[in-house]
Amino acid sequence: MLGCRHEITLIGEEPDLPYHRPPLSKKYVTSLTEAEGLYLKPKQLYESEHIELRLGCRIKSLNRLEKSVTLDDGATLPYDSLALATGATARRLPASIGGDATNVYTLRTLADARALRDEFAEGRRLLVIGGGYIGLETAAVARSLGMQVTLIEQAERILKRVASAETASYFRALHLQNGVVIREGVGLDGLELLAGRAVRARLDDGSQMDIDVVVAGIGVNPATELAERAGLAVVNGIVVDACGRTSDPSIYASGDCASFPYRGLHIRLESIQNAVDMADVVARSMLGEETRYLPTPWFWSDQYTTKLQIAGLHHGYNRVAVREAPRAGLSVWYFDDDRFLAVDAINDPKAFMTAKRWLMAGFNPGFDALADPSVELSAIPEFVLTPKNTTQEI
Amino acid sequence: MPTIIFIEPDGTEKQVGARVGQTVMEAAVQNGVKGIDADCGGSCSCATCHGYVDEAWQEKLEPADSMELDMLDFAYQRSEGSRLTCQIVVGEEMDGLMIRLPVSQA
Repeated sequence: MLGCRHEITLIGEEPDLPYHRPPLSKKYVTSLTEAEGLYLKPKQLYESEHIELRLGCRIKSLNRLEKSVTLDDGATLPYDSLALATGATARRLPASIGGDATNVYTLRTLADARALRDEFAEGRRLLVIGGGYIGLETAAVARSLGMQVTLIEQAERILKRVASAETASYFRALHLQNGVVIREGVGLDGLELLAGRAVRARLDDGSQMDIDVVVAGIGVNPATELAERAGLAVVNGIVVDACGRTSDPSIYASGDCASFPYRGLHIRLESIQNAVDMADVVARSMLGEETRYLPTPWFWSDQYTTKLQIAGLHHGYNRVAVREAPRAGLSVWYFDDDRFLAVDAINDPKAFMTAKRWLMAGFNPGFDALADPSVELSAIPEFVLTPKNTTQEI
Repeated sequence: MPTIIFIEPDGTEKQVGARVGQTVMEAAVQNGVKGIDADCGGSCSCATCHGYVDEAWQEKLEPADSMELDMLDFAYQRSEGSRLTCQIVVGEEMDGLMIRLPVSQA
């Protein structure tokens, strides 16, 4: 907390207090956890910090000239500075192929997860569309409830956009062991509806299957509509500078919806790390403190009892070094030639934490050290910093 | 409802009524205890809910599993009683459990 003395109002479209999203596709659906356990902060904290909550409210218009927002209940609130943390919305299947059926779900919000809790039951047949992390986590949760699960992925393999073939192989095997039917390179042609519910799926390889529930994990779109209508610069997200400021100096953007400068590019990150760390930078910027956002991205995914932790961004890699780890674990180290980019650490928190530290420190372990299984991770900094092929002078 | 005593980084003592079955991290966050970030929401993924279990209680809790121990290896100022509080599930017998919170979670 930065000791801000200004009035703060938090406007949110969803009726719940701000909550953790990642558990929704992991333990929330299967556990008896109450929503309260997901809340970021207790209600009384907003009161004691004098943060006015306006939940279940949408902003109808953002009036930049008069520096105010108009809510859907008609109220107009003036602002000195404004932060857009509108997040992203899950892509839905088109209605033309049956995407508007009442048992076709996405998994993004607490409301989505609550609905899935009612639909997920032993023996029911689930079709998961999309082999990314949301799809795979949903499949794992459904299997642990004893559902019959088929996952289809249009691309040639699961995790195509987000991970190496090595990591994908590990998770494919994990899901097969746990009884998920995975069909890669197969897309959805359409859903057949009966009384508003999807009952049958036609796949593009000509096959058909009977289904009870469908979950589409086919990615998200940044929620930029408000920013666009207000005339802010939007290119795959609300464009911000290193301080989180948009093309209007009184307006900031943070989290999934924001596209920020990173190593010569503008990128968007969909993660808790980004939500937390960028919010910190934006809050400081709004209070006049000059802070730049230089993230070390990290992510995680829980499937069955397997934990994947990712540090860094693998984009642009051309080779990987694979190391075995205890607990049937594995770490996959991504390199662009000799430049270290990222790691996928499977049941291997040591690899994750080590890589995160290296990335934060700007330390490059080099490919050869990682590819050599006889070199312990903890010994790598020394290994790299000791000149090779030198003989001791006598 | 067991009472858990948290010592915040500045030394302030906060007594919190915890529900059996929730985690020590959740009890802290839901009661506005300072010094715990819990970025990952309690899945043993981030090591930002680190706390020191009071000596009198260290033996009484279920020991940390190997994943938690590996995460703790990288926690800021790890010491004897170090635990990730999201991995301690509150039980009836934990009335009076004392947890000190570190000055930093990173």
